Amino acid sequence: MSPLSALLLRDLRLAVRLGGGALIGVLFFLIVVTLVPFAVGPDLALLTRIGPAMLWLGALLASLLGLDRLLASDHEDGSLDLLLTGRMPLELALAVKAFAHWLTTGVPLVLAAPVLGVLLNLDPSSTAAVAITLLVGTPALTFIGLIGAALTVALRRGGLLLAVLILPLNIPVLIFGVAASSAATAGTVPFRGPLLILCALSLMSLVLGPVAAAITLRQGLD
Amino acid sequence: MQIVAEGLACVRGGREVFRNLHFAVDRGEMLAITGPNGAGKSSLLRVVAGLVRPSEGRLILHGGDAELSIGEQAHYVGHQDAFKPSLTVQENLVFWSDFLGGGEVATSLACVGLYALAHLPARYLSAGQRRRLSLARLLAVERPLWLLDEPGSALDAAGQGLLADIMVAHVGKGGIILAAVHGPLPQAARELKLAGAGALAGDGRGAPEKARL
Repeated sequence: MSPLSALLLRDLRLAVRLGGGALIGVLFFLIVVTLVPFAVGPDLALLTRIGPAMLWLGALLASLLGLDRLLASDHEDGSLDLLLTGRMPLELALAVKAFAHWLTTGVPLVLAAPVLGVLLNLDPSSTAAVAITLLVGTPALTFIGLIGAALTVALRRGGLLLAVLILPLNIPVLIFGVAASSAATAGTVPFRGPLLILCALSLMSLVLGPVAAAITLRQGLD
Repeated sequence: MQIVAEGLACVRGGREVFRNLHFAVDRGEMLAITGPNGAGKSSLLRVVAGLVRPSEGRLILHGGDAELSIGEQAHYVGHQDAFKPSLTVQENLVFWSDFLGGGEVATSLACVGLYALAHLPARYLSAGQRRRLSLARLLAVERPLWLLDEPGSALDAAGQGLLADIMVAHVGKGGIILAAVHGPLPQAARELKLAGAGALAGDGRGAPEKARL
């Protein structure tokens, strides 16, 4: 098996084994979105209007949950030393790790969104729009998060610092994710424009995330 | 293949661990790094592996693969063994073998006496067994340079014997070993003494650099 597919397979295995935490994010997403109707009351029109934003906020917060373990667990047990001395470029290895993380934490959010759309009184077309925007937007959340994970890798309780560092960088993703989803509901702006910007943000983070994270890890060598 | 260190110095956490360190290791040689706790044995191995940047001096590689860094041609066995508790012994070893460049996993597991435990999650291994699994990684993937940080710790008498055997076999094949050790030196090893805070460095073949703070 090639080095990168071996790494992908290992991270997928670890995520679904005991203590892997693959489902933590989606469970958190579920509970946060479920709380929204209780908080704002049974105003169906209001729920429809804020539904896409609530789904996006829930997904954004849920995507933060596993990020602190993305590199820290490998740092603690020495795996990161071996990844650094491996013959694979570190950037590629980190990209594969982030991809595995997205598969186990981002994809479940995308799959859960249509179910939760029902709770927020979203019609099928806007539910589909939210799911599509999450599908193209969550990779950006993971790959930007990779930079934060690299910055906080050596900290014992890096999770909160990571959230504070990363959330501001995620604002553009949130804006265009919600804009595209709302466009499908309200129809004042076309759906296509914000969606394409969201795609661009994701593609940019796919490149920048691993490169920046690798630079961070190399700088922090000790 | 030859590794030469010229005036190597290392600062960690603002403290100078060693400096002005000179040594040369040729193929087929074993260098035992000795010294009291905190003398910089582990730091030196991490510098050679490329995991810590030397504050001064440089490491030169003669021969070997010029495309690869020294670390990329080395096995680094540190205090942490890089095995995941929730994966089985075999899954752990197969992953590192695949990631580091592929080799025979079953025979190396059998060689270190863990074949019967191949399907046990690594969390249930004892410290000595985890150490043996690290040795299996050395055997599964071919690398010319071995950097071993106290490889004998937690090993029983049979394990010590096994370790000595595979180290001798590796240098016999023309490999290079740098090992931080306490206690008796492995046979046929040259000694590099690190003398804590400041540096006293000798390469065991004359003209040792002496520099005390």
